[in-house]
Amino acid sequence: MSMVSVTIDNVKVEVEAGTTILKAAEKAGIHIPTLCYLEGINEIGACRVCVVEVEGARNLAAACVTPVSDGMVVRTNTPRVRAARRLNVELLLSNHKMECPTCIRNLNCELQTLAQTLGIREVRFEGKRTTYQADTSTPALVRDPEKCILCRRCVAVCEKVQTVKAIAPQERGFETVIAPAFHEKLINVACVECGQCILVCPVGALYEKDYTEEVWEALADPEKFVVVQTAPATRVSIGQEFGYPPGAITTGKMVAALRRLGFDRVFDTDFSADLTIMEEGSEFIERFKKGERLPLLTSCSPGWIKFIEHFYPELLPHLSTCKSPQQMFGAVAKTYYAQKVGIDPSRMVVVSIMPCTAKKFEAQRPEMKDSGYQDVDYVLTTRELARMIKEAGIDFQSLPEEDYDDPLGESTGAAVLFGTTGGVMEAALRTAYELMTGKELPRLEFHEVRGLKGIKEATIDIEGTPVRVAVAHGLGHARELLERVKAGEKYHFIEIMCCPGGCIGGGGQPIPTNEEIRAQRMAGIYSADERMVIRKSHENPSIKALYREFLGHPLSERSHQLLHTHYTPRGKY
Amino acid sequence: MEACKCEEKWEQLNEIIKAHRGQPSSLIEVLHKAQELIGYLPKQVLIAIAEGLGVSLSEVYSVVSFYAYFTTKPKGKYQISLCKGTACYVKGAPEILERLEKELGIKAGDSTDDGRFSLEVVRCLGACGLAPVMMVNKRAYGLLRPDKAVAVLQTYQ
Repeated sequence: MSMVSVTIDNVKVEVEAGTTILKAAEKAGIHIPTLCYLEGINEIGACRVCVVEVEGARNLAAACVTPVSDGMVVRTNTPRVRAARRLNVELLLSNHKMECPTCIRNLNCELQTLAQTLGIREVRFEGKRTTYQADTSTPALVRDPEKCILCRRCVAVCEKVQTVKAIAPQERGFETVIAPAFHEKLINVACVECGQCILVCPVGALYEKDYTEEVWEALADPEKFVVVQTAPATRVSIGQEFGYPPGAITTGKMVAALRRLGFDRVFDTDFSADLTIMEEGSEFIERFKKGERLPLLTSCSPGWIKFIEHFYPELLPHLSTCKSPQQMFGAVAKTYYAQKVGIDPSRMVVVSIMPCTAKKFEAQRPEMKDSGYQDVDYVLTTRELARMIKEAGIDFQSLPEEDYDDPLGESTGAAVLFGTTGGVMEAALRTAYELMTGKELPRLEFHEVRGLKGIKEATIDIEGTPVRVAVAHGLGHARELLERVKAGEKYHFIEIMCCPGGCIGGGGQPIPTNEEIRAQRMAGIYSADERMVIRKSHENPSIKALYREFLGHPLSERSHQLLHTHYTPRGKY
Repeated sequence: MEACKCEEKWEQLNEIIKAHRGQPSSLIEVLHKAQELIGYLPKQVLIAIAEGLGVSLSEVYSVVSFYAYFTTKPKGKYQISLCKGTACYVKGAPEILERLEKELGIKAGDSTDDGRFSLEVVRCLGACGLAPVMMVNKRAYGLLRPDKAVAVLQTYQ
């Protein structure tokens, strides 16, 4: 690769030819502000916030899309540059619904930060505003076009990362709006409600539908018995909201906070993740022995489920019939646990803390009522729980480390792995191996399925029997893998997670969530596994008791009734 | 989904799409031909084009809604084009538009339920000396006032 020399603000740097001014400036230690830019995903030079002066050029250049050339002289901090950046941001603000103090993204908004950084003290322009109704049609997401600054980051992530393409810029000029075709509501189109658009939105134009008010009410109602479950990935992410570095394991403090909020029992989705492994592992062994409907596709990720229902309905028979851990938990809590402690399930409220927005949709699926009630009542994202903790005035950092309640709080290292891509596969292999061979695993870790590579493949030797597995995360990679399956590639078992990185990168996670933070959370998940005494799902004593006292055995009639489900082909339009 | 009145044209539409199968870059060309054939671009037609060319429906609609030429609504038997260019604007086009919308019971861009009239706003028709101007199909009417515009429509009953 040929190198070129450029001078940026009097600093000389050598970079590869083709490097953008933005990247070259980074190398020179100069920060150029950006807004619409999302590395590798949205590099379109639309917002003009990153403009710089290039010697010899008549117009200002957008640093994020302008490649450097040899001998180029760039100035990033001249009166003309500062005036242009301010003007551009002021124009954005002049058509922005500025309700900052009550906005969900207040103090975590890129537009707000930029206005501060650029020293904007007034918006000189006042005029007509674009008016569009907010879309509140789904149980998971809210879109408010009046806060949208048309940066197109949501469009790019939906199209390029998830290949869902639910939204695009519609109309033109002043009327431009990011929306589905025909200005349809999201509930009426093939949106999987994954919330990746929320994670990349620089402002408050996209956010989760908030259910904290409903949960506060349940907590305040003495008639209600409110139990909560926390998803594996939340324990390595919620700390970020309280000043911990990304990936810090804050399980004990989260449990303590939930207790202080007033939940009657604090349980763990990790418990039902172990249960999922028992059911799904057994389902795999059964199908593997019969050579039936292989590859088996995992079914824990509700965004992925909605994706396959919309885009690959012909592959639905391959999907595991297991409900996700969240839904298994709800069904078990309102039957087994309610009976065990003698509580009328009609008084019980099950709340989930999830890294996910699609879980809100999943909980409201009409078939998720096998306990006789809605199995899971309210789903809160990691962000919503953090807001509740802040609102309650709880000092998270100074909380003691507390343990989950028994029995639905007992779990294994295998279960916590569900929080990352490759984790369900690894957990399932740990159990399937031992159930198939009756022997103890020589090593617990399956490094072949770890890491952030989009598609991971491996052949696992189970005592002379080769088992071909694959793991994909992010729906673009899922699509690629499904196309391989359709083209005749043979696999036995495939894990798919909707979001990049798996649940650690879920649409309900703290903002920012990016590649670096996903890697840190992933490291947190693997160390959480290592810290557990029991690391295989089938060795969880409370799971054993659940089968002994209530379910009988995996895939029993009662298991099928409570823990398994069916799917709905939806079509694309 | 609202039914389109285009069943008899469906075979020809498929021919157009077939010639560009799997070619997203032909989108605008295919949209032109489809609108020429059917007169407008209803949802079923856009879905067929999206599937055929391998483009998402959201993107197809993005293009259709960007260009004023494309329309997703059927045009009326009598197509009213009211000019809102600078000259017509200052000579009272907004009042005429308001009156026409009220009289026809539709907004600019729509058609009446009986399919008789469709109303659209256009930029400069090149007859500024006669401002404000509107055209009904190929005929121009100038020096309008709201009452006069309504009277013109009555000649098309």
